[in-house]
Amino acid sequence: MSALDLSRWQFGITTVYHFIFVPLTIGISILVAAMQTAWLIKKDPAYLRMTKFFGKIFLINFAVGVVTGIVQEFQFGMNWSAYSKFVGDVFGAPLAMEALLAFFMESTFIGLWVFGWNKLPPRLHLATIWLAAIGTNLSAFFILAANSWMQHPVGYKINPVTHRTQLTSIVALLTNSTVLAAWPHVIFAAFVTAGMVIVAASAWHLARRNDIEVFQPALRIGLVVTLVAGIATAVTGDIQARLMDSQQPMKMAAAEALYTTSSDASFSLFTIGSLNGSKEVWSVRVPDLLSLIATLDPHGTVQGINNVQRAYDKKYGPGDYKPIIPVTYWSFRLMIGFGLLAALLALIGLWLTRRGRLPGSKWPYRIAVWAVALPFLANSMGWIFTEMGRQPWTVFGVLLTSQSASPGVTASSVIISMTVFTLLYAVLAVIAGWLMLRHIKGGAPAEAPAPGAAEPLPVFSY
Amino acid sequence: MTLATFWFILIAVLWTGYFVLEGFDFGVGILVPVLGRDDTERRVMVNTIGPVWDGNEVWLLTAGGATFAAFPLWYASMFSGFYLALLIILVTLIVRGVCFEFRSKVDSPRWRANWDRAIFAGSAVPALLWGVAFANIVRGVPMNAAHVYTGNLLTLLNWYGLLGGLVTLSLFTLHGAIFLSLKTTGDLRRRARGAAVRTAVAAVPLAAIFLVVTQVAHGKPATWVTAVLAAVALLGAVAAIMRGREGWAFAGTAVTLLLAVATLFGDLYPNVLPSSTSPAFSLTVNNASSSHYTLTVMTVVALIFTPIVLAYQAWTYWVFRQRLSRSDVAPAAAPEPGGGTGPVPPGPAGVPPGGAQPVPGQP
Repeated sequence: MSALDLSRWQFGITTVYHFIFVPLTIGISILVAAMQTAWLIKKDPAYLRMTKFFGKIFLINFAVGVVTGIVQEFQFGMNWSAYSKFVGDVFGAPLAMEALLAFFMESTFIGLWVFGWNKLPPRLHLATIWLAAIGTNLSAFFILAANSWMQHPVGYKINPVTHRTQLTSIVALLTNSTVLAAWPHVIFAAFVTAGMVIVAASAWHLARRNDIEVFQPALRIGLVVTLVAGIATAVTGDIQARLMDSQQPMKMAAAEALYTTSSDASFSLFTIGSLNGSKEVWSVRVPDLLSLIATLDPHGTVQGINNVQRAYDKKYGPGDYKPIIPVTYWSFRLMIGFGLLAALLALIGLWLTRRGRLPGSKWPYRIAVWAVALPFLANSMGWIFTEMGRQPWTVFGVLLTSQSASPGVTASSVIISMTVFTLLYAVLAVIAGWLMLRHIKGGAPAEAPAPGAAEPLPVFSY
Repeated sequence: MTLATFWFILIAVLWTGYFVLEGFDFGVGILVPVLGRDDTERRVMVNTIGPVWDGNEVWLLTAGGATFAAFPLWYASMFSGFYLALLIILVTLIVRGVCFEFRSKVDSPRWRANWDRAIFAGSAVPALLWGVAFANIVRGVPMNAAHVYTGNLLTLLNWYGLLGGLVTLSLFTLHGAIFLSLKTTGDLRRRARGAAVRTAVAAVPLAAIFLVVTQVAHGKPATWVTAVLAAVALLGAVAAIMRGREGWAFAGTAVTLLLAVATLFGDLYPNVLPSSTSPAFSLTVNNASSSHYTLTVMTVVALIFTPIVLAYQAWTYWVFRQRLSRSDVAPAAAPEPGGGTGPVPPGPAGVPPGGAQPVPGQP
C-alpha cells in the first residue's frame, strides 16, 4: 500500500475511534449538568447520586476522547501536509478558534468541577459543569464548521499567486448552510448516544432492583432523551439530505447506488446482489422515498451516479469521481437503521415503564443493555458515509485526496504510526471499557449529605 | 510590526504558556515514582496537578492550532518533517493523559505501580523531546526547495538536539520539584525541596552550556540580554529554593522558561523553520504566513479570548491554591508518620502553608 492509502486508513481508524467517545462526552456533559441542576433545585439526594454516578462515566469517557483528539489535530500536519498547506489559511482558523474558545473552557472547567466539590459554593460549582458542557458543544461546532467547509467550501478564493486557498469571509465559513445542519444533527445524535448509555446502565441495575430511587428516574430521563433526540436527529438528517442533494449530488446518488437520473426515485431498504449498476438479485424498495428525501417532492428528480460522473468529467477534467458505492450505500442505511431502532426501542421502553411500572421480565432489561451499541454504530456509520461519500475529494470540487498527503512521509513511517495507534487504541478501549463496566456494576455512590453540607472526601480526586 | 510578526510572537507566548504550565506537571509526573514513598504520597503528588494538567495541555493544542491558522506552511513542514518524533510525543501524551484518570479507579498496588511507571515515562519522554524539537528548529533542519523535510528521526537526535532535550527535561523536573514543595506539606515538601536542589546541579550547567552554544551560533544582541536574564532567573530560583522560599523559586523557574522561549524564538526570527540545506529554502515569518484577512480575523479572536482564558485559568489556580497533605487524600488512613496531620510548621523563610503563591500564567 502507498503512504497515501496508509494515511487514509490511519485517519479513518483514528477518527472513527475518536468519535466513539466524543458524542458520549457531548451529550452526557449536558445531561450530568442537568442532573446536578435538578439536585440543587429539588434537594433530592437521588439526583446527587445520579450526578456522581453518570459523572464518573462522563470522566472516564472524556479522558479517552481528549487524548485521541490531540492526534486528530496533529495528523493534518503529519500525514496531510499538502492538504494543510493548501487549506491552512481557511481550515486552520476554525481549528484555532476551537482550541481558544472551546477546548480551554472545557478542560479548565472540568478540572474545576471534578476537584471543586468541596471548594466552590454549590451554585458556582454547578456553573463549572455547565461551562464545561457548553465548551464541549461549542467545540463540536468549530470542528464541524471546519469539516463542513471540506464538504461544501464557502467564503474562500484561490490565490492566483500561491495557488492556495485563502479565506475571504469568516462569517460565510461559520454560517455555512452545511454546518448549520450538521451541528444540530451531530448534537442530537450525541444525545441519543448519552441517552442510551444512561438507559443501559440504569436497566442493568433495575433488572437487579438496585437503587431503584436513583435508576428508575434515570432510566426515564434516558428514554425521553433518546426518543426526542432520535426524532430530532432524523429531522436534521433529512434537512442535510436535501443540502447534500444540491451540494454533493454524487454523494446522494451513491447513498442509494442510483446510477441513472430518475424522478420518482425509490429507496431500497436493502439489496442483495452487486451494487455496480447491473441488475440486482433482490431488493426491498419504498417507492418515491429517495426523491422525497432528496427533494421534498415524491416526483423530484434525483441525479444518477453515471450522469454526475459525466458532468464532473466536463467540469473537473477526466477522472473517476465516484466514491466506493457499497461503502456509501450500506453506511447510509445502517446509520439510519441503527438510529431509528434506538429511538423505537426508547418509545417501547417509555411505554413499558409508564406511570412508575417496572417490567417483571428480564428481556426488556437485556435488550436495553445490548441496545447501547446502536447509537455508537450509527455515529460511526454516519461519519464513514459522509467522509467516504465525499471521495475522491478532500475539499469537495477543490482538492483531491490523492493530492493531499505529505510528500516527505514514507509508507514505512505511516505503517509504524498506524500500527502503534491501532494497538494503543485497542489497549485503551479494553482498559476504558473494563473500567466503565466496573464502575457501572459498582452502582450509584452511597447516600450523600444535603446540598451545601461539607463532604468528607473530594469525590473524584485522583 | 506586521501581523505575521505579531502572530510569531503570539505563538511564542502560547509555547511559553505550555512550557511554564505543563512544564511543572511534567516535572511532577517524573517525580511521582521517585519521591513518593507510598501510595498516599503519590496520590498527594498527582492531586497537586489534578485540577490543572488538562487545562495546561490545551496550551499545546492552541499553539498547534494557531500555527496551522497563522503559518500553514510552517505547520505542514514541521509536523510532517518531525513525523516519528511527534508520534512518540503523541503516544506518551496519550498514555499520560489516561494515567491520571485511570490510576485512581482501582485500589490495587500493582495497578497503581504500573500507572506510576507510565506517568513517569509519559512525562519524561515528551519533556525531553520538546527540547530536542526546539533545538533543531533553531539550528535548522534539512529541507528542500519545496519546504519538505529531507532528514529522518536520527537527524534530529544530534548532540545539540539532545542537549536541548536534557535542558528541558532537567528544567521541567526542577520546575516540578519546586511546584511540589510549594503545594505539599511536611516530609514530602522537604524532600521535594531536596529534589529541586539536586536537579539544579544538573539543570544549571546544562542550561548554561545550551544557552552559550545557542547564542554563539545564532545569538543577537537582544537575545543575549534575554539569555543572560534567563540564567540569572534560574540561579535566583535555585538560591530561593535553597533558602526555602518556594514561591520565589517557582516564579524564578517560570521566568527562566519564559526567557528561554523568548531567546529561542528571538534567535529564530525572522525564520520559522530554517533550512540547513540552503538558507534560500527556509520558511520565514513572511513566506509561511496566512493571508492578511485570516491573520486579522484571528488577531481579533485572540485579543478577545486570550485574556478570558488567562482569567479563568488564573482563577482555577486561585481556587486550588491550598497545599495538599496526606489527610486530604486519605483521611481515614493511619496517622501520617511523624504526626504530620497537624498544622505544618512554616518553612525556614516563613512561607505559610498555602500562602504566597504566584498564579502561573502569562502576564
